[in-house]
Amino acid sequence: MSTSVFDYMPFLLGGIGVTLKITFAAIALAVPVAFILAFGRMSSWAVLRWPAGFVIETFRGTSAVVQLFWAFYVLPFFGINLSPMTAGIIVLGLNEGSYFSEVVRTSLKSIAVGQREAATALHLPRLYTFFRVVLPQALPVMVPPFGNSLVLMLKFTALVSLVTIQDLSFRAGLIATSIGTSGTIYGITLALYFIMALGLAAMIMVLERVVNRWAGKHTGDEAFFAPRKSAIPAWAFGR
Amino acid sequence: MNASFWDWSYAWSVLPSLLEGLKITVFATVIGSAIAVVFGLVLCMLRLARVPVVSQVVWFLVEFLRGTPFLVQLYFIFYVLPHYGILFSPLTTGVIALGIYGSARAAEFYRAALETIPTGQWEACLTLGLPIRHVWTGVIFPQMWPIAVPMLGNLVIAMFKDTAILSTITVLELVARAKDAGFQSFRYLEPLTMAGLLFWIVSYAAARGIRYLESRNAH
Repeated sequence: MSTSVFDYMPFLLGGIGVTLKITFAAIALAVPVAFILAFGRMSSWAVLRWPAGFVIETFRGTSAVVQLFWAFYVLPFFGINLSPMTAGIIVLGLNEGSYFSEVVRTSLKSIAVGQREAATALHLPRLYTFFRVVLPQALPVMVPPFGNSLVLMLKFTALVSLVTIQDLSFRAGLIATSIGTSGTIYGITLALYFIMALGLAAMIMVLERVVNRWAGKHTGDEAFFAPRKSAIPAWAFGR
Repeated sequence: MNASFWDWSYAWSVLPSLLEGLKITVFATVIGSAIAVVFGLVLCMLRLARVPVVSQVVWFLVEFLRGTPFLVQLYFIFYVLPHYGILFSPLTTGVIALGIYGSARAAEFYRAALETIPTGQWEACLTLGLPIRHVWTGVIFPQMWPIAVPMLGNLVIAMFKDTAILSTITVLELVARAKDAGFQSFRYLEPLTMAGLLFWIVSYAAARGIRYLESRNAH
């Protein structure tokens, strides 16, 4: 009996765990990196501002594939031998962290100066001001772009298959070469990624609620999946 | 660590090949983003037009393309097209895949740009009794472009960096050449670093250009 696509399903599905593991590990690295880089870039000290700017520009300006290959092929040349998994997580985390640092920076900056001045006038301690005045206003602004970053990260992790990590994409490739029906396998793989992306998007909706509640923002009793009202009228398309 | 930390003569010897690869990278970016800019607007309009079935299908397609990795989409297209007797060169396949993925992303940017136009603009058109065609060409599109252009510019830069993924289907672009050079000489430092630098120079220059466009639109 010849082997069918379904014989390989357990092996393929095993890749989901690897992919999700890398996604969460890398995003867990990206968030603190983003805050550190954002603070660095907003610092009044050039010693902090310049390195932060350098890291951000380096990771944003070059391709993630190049960064991944660099960590995989060049770092051992300097005597730094990272496992593919570690290298993948660090590169993805720093890359997305650099992008997200701009979101953090603009969100923090979007808090009106008056708020900070009022805190100073009330003689609130600096840390208190940050955690009780600035952050509750900035965090709800950051959550939707964070959701974008999370889904981006999921898609990003497919790249680690290029440095021999056995994630979903890597396994799909292995199965495709061994049984030759690549269309079906890649189709299933795409569907699996899409389902994971939907799951992450749902998680973000929950997170949005939690953060808004923490920040004391009233969200009302609107339906969970309430469609956003469009500004474009129906007659614009002749109906 | 060996004495020759950075080998300049080796670096110079691989540079012509890398520049040749950069040409292919830029070519793929230009054609891919041209497809994305045009086809993205078409997808956006189809999605918004509320044509039964068509709009739902387009909506699903856009979400699906945005929710899955480009790498796997590329593999899918690369291995499925020949199955139906369509034989394109890897570069053509890559550019088409890049264009399709970019279209889905561009469609969302167009939609976001359209949504920022205040309802009052539409109401004014209705009040004046403007024909629908003129509403779009005379009122809506002229206001959409200044918002959409910087977003599309960022998309082009993102696509430029995504072209590196085409190396996986044997397109000899910048990263593939850097990796090949490293593989042949067992020295990855110079080619991969230079490939990174070339990416950085082009995308930094492009980002500067977009910022200039934005500042010009602001006035």
